[in-house]
Amino acid sequence: MEKRVLVIEDEPNISEALRFILKREGWRVEVSADGTAMLGQMQADPPDLLILDLMLPGLSGFDILKSLRALDMTRDLPVLMLTAKGQGADRAEAERLGVTRFMTKPFANADVIAAVREMTAP
Amino acid sequence: MVRSALTGTRIRARRNLRGLRQAELARAVGVSASYLNLIEHNRRKVGTDLLAALAKVLGVSVDALVEDGDSRLIESARAAAERTGLDRAELERIDEFTGRFPGWAKVLAETEGRVARLERVVEHLNDRMTHDPYMGEALHEIISAVTSVQSTATILNDGQEIEPDWQARFHQNILQDSARLAEGAVALVNYLDAGKSDETGLAAPQEEVEAWLGQRDFHLPELEEDTEGLNPENLVAGQVELSSEASRQLAVQWVSQFKADSRALPLGPLQEALEQMGLAPDRLADHFGVPFDQVLRRLAILPPQLRAAQGLPSPGLVICDNSGTLLFRRAIDGFALPRFGGACPLWPLYQALLRPHVRICAGLTTAGRLGRRFTVYAYASVAAEMGIGRPVILRATMLILPAAESDAEDATPPLSVGASCRTCPQLDCPARREPSILMTVI
Repeated sequence: MEKRVLVIEDEPNISEALRFILKREGWRVEVSADGTAMLGQMQADPPDLLILDLMLPGLSGFDILKSLRALDMTRDLPVLMLTAKGQGADRAEAERLGVTRFMTKPFANADVIAAVREMTAP
Repeated sequence: MVRSALTGTRIRARRNLRGLRQAELARAVGVSASYLNLIEHNRRKVGTDLLAALAKVLGVSVDALVEDGDSRLIESARAAAERTGLDRAELERIDEFTGRFPGWAKVLAETEGRVARLERVVEHLNDRMTHDPYMGEALHEIISAVTSVQSTATILNDGQEIEPDWQARFHQNILQDSARLAEGAVALVNYLDAGKSDETGLAAPQEEVEAWLGQRDFHLPELEEDTEGLNPENLVAGQVELSSEASRQLAVQWVSQFKADSRALPLGPLQEALEQMGLAPDRLADHFGVPFDQVLRRLAILPPQLRAAQGLPSPGLVICDNSGTLLFRRAIDGFALPRFGGACPLWPLYQALLRPHVRICAGLTTAGRLGRRFTVYAYASVAAEMGIGRPVILRATMLILPAAESDAEDATPPLSVGASCRTCPQLDCPARREPSILMTVI
């Protein structure tokens, strides 16, 4: 069955590029700019992978990650956090909250694909 | 001989110079360390016998402890010597140095003061580079555009086949992002250029006072003790951060104000009331029977330990007069306060000026894509009256607190405000005074 990835990213052109490269990798890609709205949906029907921006309007990537890790359905969901804020403190906070991988922008497409493959390898 | 009010300060300076601990000196002259502490803070007068004993132990004449003139010079010279790691043997000759070469000692003291001020400027600029909300947001925009361009360009150039409609979309995206990048870079350069002429340091007296208080986390422990005997002038005297007479006078005014606030709302009863009522300025004002703005000011200068113990946030505070000029600023993370010129006219601080003696509470969100929510309390009262038919001087106060999580569920949408028009992204705001430099970025 086709694997499903959710991209929460409020920059539409970045979402579009991610959608394209992931689709080409065989993923079914859903994109949203609103993490708050997607939280409920992920609880009901979690994707196989989440790509999450840190600085979002409304709930931040940290808030979303924290909520996901607090619930059974998404406790082990692989989360790749992409952020323009690459400071050590943000990375440390993401790791404390249970991020699976942390990458800084600007990223290389090949690195994103490699990370996604690693994170979802059987 | 007239005994100066600053004898204690000089005793302290001489003790530090000799590397003696307060308890050691107290023991040597037969008084308790706490009594010596009061003396050193100029809160107890020194008797003649004790003064002679202190002078003897400190190896100086009584005159050196009593007469004005050289203690500040010695203190500054000592600070300069410590900065360069001068050895103790040389340090002990500081009296000789300042006595024999007073002119050179003055040059050294002034240079030391200038170095300290310049260090504060560097610290301030560094802080600004790190925390400036506009700078952070502008750089975030640029990195986002670069990310999009890089990722999209890689797709177009990786040799794999792309359907024509996807290709057209990606070309369009690159065009959009490259324009956004260029505009963002120009706006950022303009912003930095505009700042160059302003950033000459912490020269304004108000900024020196705010920096002085800021270094103390806006808390003066002396205000929580025996405030009756506290002389604000003594507290301010000798503070190297206050480099001009104007800044010292301004500091005395604020310390006097905070002293009155601390006496009206003493720490013990205030702590109890906070435990019972929480951070509710209106209830606290009623409970203590004091003006609302007095509570707002008092909450902004609470001891950091008390805030930590009670889980209270670090607050922001702004005070203005009728002209809207900000007279006092205590910054809070995420809520930018303008350094020059007027602030956002939508702030409840200014609405309070329209309705003096009305307590205002409002939810705010800072303008921009990553707006943060705050709860503010504002109040204006009459500061002075000049007589019938003459102007009334008002003073408005606004306490800024991070919004509680429960406020996020509030049905009323918070008012979106900026810091100043220059850096505000709300382009269609009816209160706009001048174009925003962000017009090309957002």
